[in-house]
Amino acid sequence: MTTFAPGTFKPAPGRGSLPRMLFVHARTEAMLTLRNGEQILLTVIIPLALLVALSVMSVIPMPEPRVGSATARIFALAIISSAFTGQAIALGFDRRYGVLKRLSASALPRWLLVAGRVCGALVVVALQILLLAVTALVLGWRFPLSGLPWVVLLIVLGTLTFGALGVLLGGALRAEIVLALANIIWFVLLMVGGVALSVPVGFVHLLPSAALAQALETSVVHGTAPGVGPVAVLVAWGVVAGALATRTTKLT
Amino acid sequence: MTQLRADRPDRLGFVPVSPNPQPAVEVSGLVKRYGSKTAVDGLDLVQQPGTVLALLGPNGAGKTTTVEICEGFRQADDGSVRVLGMAPGCEALRPRIGVMPQGGGGYPGIRAEEMLNLVAACAANPLDPKWLIEVLGLGGAARTPYKRLSGGQQQRLSLACALIGRPELVFLDEPTAGMDPQARRLVWDLVAALKDDGVAVLLTTHLMDEAEALADDVVIIDEGRVVAQGSPAELTAHRADDQQLRFRARPGLDLSLLSAALPEGLKVREATKGAYVVEGLIDPQVVSTVTSWCAQQGVLAEELTVAKRSLEDVFLELTGRELRS
Repeated sequence: MTTFAPGTFKPAPGRGSLPRMLFVHARTEAMLTLRNGEQILLTVIIPLALLVALSVMSVIPMPEPRVGSATARIFALAIISSAFTGQAIALGFDRRYGVLKRLSASALPRWLLVAGRVCGALVVVALQILLLAVTALVLGWRFPLSGLPWVVLLIVLGTLTFGALGVLLGGALRAEIVLALANIIWFVLLMVGGVALSVPVGFVHLLPSAALAQALETSVVHGTAPGVGPVAVLVAWGVVAGALATRTTKLT
Repeated sequence: MTQLRADRPDRLGFVPVSPNPQPAVEVSGLVKRYGSKTAVDGLDLVQQPGTVLALLGPNGAGKTTTVEICEGFRQADDGSVRVLGMAPGCEALRPRIGVMPQGGGGYPGIRAEEMLNLVAACAANPLDPKWLIEVLGLGGAARTPYKRLSGGQQQRLSLACALIGRPELVFLDEPTAGMDPQARRLVWDLVAALKDDGVAVLLTTHLMDEAEALADDVVIIDEGRVVAQGSPAELTAHRADDQQLRFRARPGLDLSLLSAALPEGLKVREATKGAYVVEGLIDPQVVSTVTSWCAQQGVLAEELTVAKRSLEDVFLELTGRELRS
């Protein structure tokens, strides 16, 4: 005799409801990010500090209106921090701890595994942007509301593009290497990738970081549609990174 | 402990009652290579529904590779694999199986209960996660982040994740690795309960007692090939003359006199230093011959036992006694 009543484990297999799976998975992803201190430092504290610094320290060159320009750039930085660096590091360690294997052995469909992560990332980005926007308004930012749909669109596009790049990095290499590279790339993009400062070098405009910052600046400061060029650059990076990532991402 | 099942179809040609039962797992001619190394080399096995099958083999024998191909994590290079009649890894199959990967799996920062709730949300009729957490002795660790759980706790959580969706077939890859004896007993008890409820269990192990205690069928594999299969009873079945008398004494005794005194057909050897084995038909006369010989030698025979072959003997005979790198 076992200590379990007969019928306790009687098979009753079946897949859970898709909306509920998506909700629970996305909530888990977002919750884990928000609970992680290092992620909060990277995605919230540093962007907030830089927003204040760029807005009030006139020694840093910044086009007028100063707070608006700073806000656009810090929005871009927040997206890069969370969708690229944060996602890459999280994925590197998730693979190390076998969670992708664990989840892909459950009834969770593969597309939902990706969709849940994307939704989780979008929730985190939305919270970051909200916090930064409120701070910017306090600092004197005047947002032309006509830019709102474009800003939302760019935030989603930026999250997807940098998310794909993050998965490309975090899905293929060892966790420690991912950790180092993701932070180095973040710093390089911030300083010379056209995020904090405009870099008047041709090829920098072809970087996704410069493209996102430039596109956001148009919509955040002037309230108008971003140029086709930056958007095309973002889409191209996203598509290429996504296509590569589907081939290179390993479960463990 | 499990009750003996009287209704087991016997193995002498009885056809099970249900017509054409679909095997839980059917593997034939499976081949998997990693570079120049052939990990699985033409492996065949069939597992009937509702039975427990143990894949037994030394480290590197190809157990995990075989199971991971059945689970859909790896692609076979050759051969065919059907799980519940379906191709491994397909979306229609996954809700029907429960998987415990080797070494478990979870988000580093997730709490044990949150991980189980997440996997429970993927199932239509999950078991109660709170109950299962308690059953597996994880009640005190329910709010502990995954990376802070001990190896044994991670294993138990992984087992919970494999069972939560009420699957028809469960794959357990070294389920008791890293567990303390109490947890091991619990896993054995769970496997017995699963079987009683009609769940098929395919587990890998290199522990003989585990295979012997749990499995209806044992498939011993080595270097990617099946070297023996059958029920534990069949594998350890001894002919009348296939018994052993073992005893311990001072190492290096001269066995020639004993050998001469023993009846025809019995062999005696020093298996390992100080451990002597007499093989053949062991009767009271043989025991008496051995003890009186010991007395003549002035040695005390310790731990004198008469035994049939254990699964461990079968295993070592088939897979060799040397450690391999």
